[in-house]
Amino acid sequence: MLSIFRSMWLVFKHLGQKRQTVLYPEERPVLPPRYRGRIVLTRDPDGEERCVACYLCAVACPVDCIALAAGQDTHGRRYPEFFRINFSRCIFCGFCEDACPTWAIQLTGDFEMAEQRRENLVYEKEDLLISGPGKYHEYNFYREAGVTIRGKDKGDARQERPPVDIRGLLP
Amino acid sequence: MDGILRTWVLVTVIFGSIMTTAAMLIWLERRLLGLLQDRYGPNRVGPLGLLQVGADLVKIFTKEDWVPPFADRTVFVISPAIIVLSTLMSFAIIPFAPGIQVVDLNIGILFFLAMSSLSVYSIAFAGWSSNNKYSLLGGMRASAQMISYEVFMGLSLMGVVMLADSYELSGIVRAQEKMWFFLPQLPGFLVFFMAGIAETRRLPFDLPEAESELVAGYHVEYSGMKFGLFFVGEYIGITLISALTVALFFGGWLGPWLPPVAWFLLKTLFFLCLFILLRASLPRPRYDQLMVLGWKVMLPLALLNLLITGGIILLRSGA
Repeated sequence: MLSIFRSMWLVFKHLGQKRQTVLYPEERPVLPPRYRGRIVLTRDPDGEERCVACYLCAVACPVDCIALAAGQDTHGRRYPEFFRINFSRCIFCGFCEDACPTWAIQLTGDFEMAEQRRENLVYEKEDLLISGPGKYHEYNFYREAGVTIRGKDKGDARQERPPVDIRGLLP
Repeated sequence: MDGILRTWVLVTVIFGSIMTTAAMLIWLERRLLGLLQDRYGPNRVGPLGLLQVGADLVKIFTKEDWVPPFADRTVFVISPAIIVLSTLMSFAIIPFAPGIQVVDLNIGILFFLAMSSLSVYSIAFAGWSSNNKYSLLGGMRASAQMISYEVFMGLSLMGVVMLADSYELSGIVRAQEKMWFFLPQLPGFLVFFMAGIAETRRLPFDLPEAESELVAGYHVEYSGMKFGLFFVGEYIGITLISALTVALFFGGWLGPWLPPVAWFLLKTLFFLCLFILLRASLPRPRYDQLMVLGWKVMLPLALLNLLITGGIILLRSGA
C-alpha cells in the first residue's frame, strides 16, 4: 500500500524535471561525429572520383540497395558508369563505407531525406557525388596504389620505389 | 413553464460542458502523461497543443467506420452507444452547485449505481458481438471485474448515506458543511475510489482492455467513431467518478471565497488529474490479484467500515 503512494509521489515529482524531448525542427540534436546518415560519393584531392567500381559496397550491402556498373576511361582508370542507391531500402548500417577500399563511399551526418514520393528516394550518381573529399582529406587511392594511370607511371606512387630493371647488371 | 425551460437550459449546458470536458480530457491526459514521463505531450496544434482535440476529432470522424462481417451487427453498433448513454444519464443527479442539478432524485445514489451497472452491458456486448477471441476475453474480464467491484462500490457509499441520513446528493453535500466525509469515511472513500477506477476500466484496473495481452480487449474490432464513443464513454466515466467523489466525500460545492461551481469544478479537476497520475505510476495487476483484492480486501473493508459507522451512529444517538 505504501509503495503505491511512494511510486505515485515519485512519478509526480517528474512534473518539475527537465524534459528529455528535443523539440526537433526548432532545436537540433547534437549528432556524434560518426553518425551514419545520407550516403555520399566523394572525390579525391585532385577532384577526380574516388570510386573504382569494385562492387564491394554492393556485395556488402545487407539489403541490396546499391546498384552500379563499372566503366573504364581511355587511360585504364575505373569508374562507375552509373551508381544508384535506393534509400527507401537502405538501413544506414555503414557496411558499404567499411567495405570501400578507396574511401569513396561515406556516410554523412545528414538525415533529413523525407520525400513525398517513394521514387524520389532513389539517388543517382549525380545526387550522390559531392565535390569534396569527405572525411579523409588527403587520401588519394591512385597515388597510393601501384596501378598505372594517366599522369602516373609504375613506381611513381607514394611509398613506392622505382621498379627494378631486372635485365640490368647493376646491384 | 419556467421550470421546464430552466431544466432544458440546464440539460443543454451540462451536456455541452460534459462533452467538452470529455474531449479536453484527451488533451489533458496526453499532456499530463507526457509531463509525468519527462516528455512534452502534444504541443504542436494550436497554443499548448490545445487544438489537438480538434485534430483528433477530424481524424476520428473521417476514419473508415468498418463493421467486421463476422460480427453481430446490431449488438455491435448498439454497444458503444450504451456506455455513453448510461454514463451521461448519471450526470443528471450530480449537484454542481445549489440549484444547478438536472434532477435531485431522493434516491440519487441508487440511480448512479443502477446506471453504472448498465454500462457493463456495453462492454460485455461489445466483447461478445465482435466475435473475436481477444474481444470475448476482454468482455468476460470486464463483466467479472465490474460485477465484483460493483458490490462494494455500493457498500462503501452506505457509510456516507448513514452519516448524511439521505440518498439525495444535494442533501449529502449539505450534510458535509461541518466536516467533509472523507475524514470520517476514509476507508469508504478509498474503497469507492478504487472501485470507481475499476468501474471506468482505467489503469491500473484496465484488464478488459490490457493492450499488452489482449491487443485492445473488447474494442479490438471497433474503428472510427464507434471506437471514439468507447473513449468518450471512458472519459465521461472518469469525470463522473471524480464528480461523485467530490460530491460524496469532498464537500461538493462547499468551500470559501470562490463561487460554489468553481469549487466543484476545481475539486473535480483535481481528481481527474489523480486518475491520470494513477495511470502514469501504477502497473496493471494480474487478473487473479485483481479478484483477490476485490473479494478478500475491499469487500471486508467496506463491510467493516459499514459496521463501525453504524455502531458509532447508534452509540451517538444513545439507543
